[in-house]
Amino acid sequence: MEAKHPTREYVREEVLPTTFCPGCYNGIVMNAMALAFKELGVSDLRNYVFVSGIGCASWIPNPYLKADSIHTLHGRAIPVATGVKLAKPSLNVIVVAGDGDLASIGGNHLIHAARRNMDILVIMVNNLVYAMTRGQQSPTTPQGFITITTPYGNFERPLDVSRIIAETNANYVARWCIVNFTQLKESIKEALAKYCKGFRFIEVWAPCITYVVRYEGNTPGRALKEMSRKCVPLSDYEKLPVEKRDGGIAVGVFKKELKPGFIDLYRSYVEKAVGGVGST
Amino acid sequence: MRRLLSGNEAIAEGALAAGCNFFAGYPITPSSEIMHYMARELPKRGGVFIQAEDELAAVNMVIGASLAGAKAMTATSGPGFSLMQEGIGYAVMVEAPIIVVNVMRVGPATGQATKPAQGDIMQARWGRHGDQYLVSLAPSTPQESFELTIEAFNIAEELRVPVMLLIDEFIAHGREIVVSKRIAAKYRRTVMGEGEEPFNSMNPKIAPPLPELGSGKYLLITGSTHDGRGYRDVHNFETHFNLVRRLKDKVVLNLDKLFMYEVHGDEEPDVLFISYGSTARSAKEAVNILRSRGVKAKLIRLKTLWPIDIELIKRLGGNPRAVIVPEQNLGQLIIDVERIYNPFEHRVMGYNKVGGGIPIYSSELVEEALKVLSCGG
Repeated sequence: MEAKHPTREYVREEVLPTTFCPGCYNGIVMNAMALAFKELGVSDLRNYVFVSGIGCASWIPNPYLKADSIHTLHGRAIPVATGVKLAKPSLNVIVVAGDGDLASIGGNHLIHAARRNMDILVIMVNNLVYAMTRGQQSPTTPQGFITITTPYGNFERPLDVSRIIAETNANYVARWCIVNFTQLKESIKEALAKYCKGFRFIEVWAPCITYVVRYEGNTPGRALKEMSRKCVPLSDYEKLPVEKRDGGIAVGVFKKELKPGFIDLYRSYVEKAVGGVGST
Repeated sequence: MRRLLSGNEAIAEGALAAGCNFFAGYPITPSSEIMHYMARELPKRGGVFIQAEDELAAVNMVIGASLAGAKAMTATSGPGFSLMQEGIGYAVMVEAPIIVVNVMRVGPATGQATKPAQGDIMQARWGRHGDQYLVSLAPSTPQESFELTIEAFNIAEELRVPVMLLIDEFIAHGREIVVSKRIAAKYRRTVMGEGEEPFNSMNPKIAPPLPELGSGKYLLITGSTHDGRGYRDVHNFETHFNLVRRLKDKVVLNLDKLFMYEVHGDEEPDVLFISYGSTARSAKEAVNILRSRGVKAKLIRLKTLWPIDIELIKRLGGNPRAVIVPEQNLGQLIIDVERIYNPFEHRVMGYNKVGGGIPIYSSELVEEALKVLSCGG
């Protein structure tokens, strides 16, 4: 009997193997997504549209997932995803991109999609650097990190993207490390099924294997071990004194709500418009 | 139906008549009335209106909606048009039919925010990086704004190309009677025939079919160089060269359909005006005045600013003693005119005036023409 990977129906097999660096955590993210679809009983991805930007994470859906996918300009995945969702609300729209794409060049779009509670799921693969362009400092690079543009150690302070999005009108916000595979997969399932409306944001802490892990003189395996030590559940993290939080990564679900998303709100707005309320 | 509409309102009406069901925009003078009109009308008609966080978002939302099957448009002015350039380039590359209205205002930068200009016609053509061709149209009246907006949608759908609609504030805010004409709306091919691919075409004049997202075709859409199926190929010469050549050919080989113009005046003129938009209205009046004074005069008014048929313009223009190109900029279309009329053989001159909201008056053009003709040459 030919052995088959349990999620190969979601993958464009003709383009495998991927071009990711050996040991890259993108494969784990892709696997978590595919297993989530499998466990949700999604038979194929024809009702899903994946939208990505520019960067390593953006290559996960385009070309590797067997689904409609749009590989947009750098930073513009969220507005394109917004256009798709509003034009065809029956489609499930998922954005997969990196920290540089979503939090830097596309930062404004991210905040406003969250403000609108736009009905899309955003998976931000936070690899801590601009990996595709040789590992420059990104908005999430920790202080002290050595990158090609911070050769003497990053003196800027990073952005806690999940915490910011949790402060907006987003319905669902979670952060997991790549070592929290099961939680990540369950979170994706939750954000697609139980909390299926509004803006959903999942950050995956997945340091670049080439420009972070190896730069630190680490190996992918040892890095994973260190990461599991650094991951602190959100509730415990908040109890830690501030000086002890340094270097730790708070993981967990920051927020889950089922408030009306943009589509719901727009539909009631349309009813008002048709009824002539407030029109001039 | 006859209505008193501004150019901006006429564009919005034209869009609705063409079946536009998605609009994203960001406030900017003097184009905002288009957005206001769509904000009021689209929700009532089952369409989608969204005010974007900036022009980058607006144009990209429009692209996403278009790929999902909507007829989508945005409208902006100078600074917003600059921000939209990257999105327009993306739309060219992924062949997404979109309409971008640019109500041209005085630039560069913030310029004179509420004042009319015609300074963006080269930006509309060449404002983005990389080789690319698209279509830009320039209506001259609110009536024509209505009609050319429908044409713009039809061209965009048929050729899978972004279409720019360029007007200036004189037309945008000027009100005239607009008669709603019925122009059949066209739709893109969404069904892929045997052996067809979404990003390749055997006939370079015909755009490939574009199935809607969600139709089970597992579309791969990318702004990187791609093959006919949409697979990224960022290494091979052939893939890239074939792609950009096809994107150019699909516009240029349809020049006969795309190049629209109006001719007014004497068959064999002594003085020829070549103009567009609101400025062409003054030029038309100048032609009438000159003819009433016995001067043979002619106007070629371009409704299509890109692509343009320079051979046809040459045939239409005859052999004038002087060619005058009035523009509300420091000389842009004249660069094309000098390709048609050798400045060493003809007197080719621009009449340029921009800023302060002062139009180019017909009296100035008459005076200029008489001066040029009396100087010999």
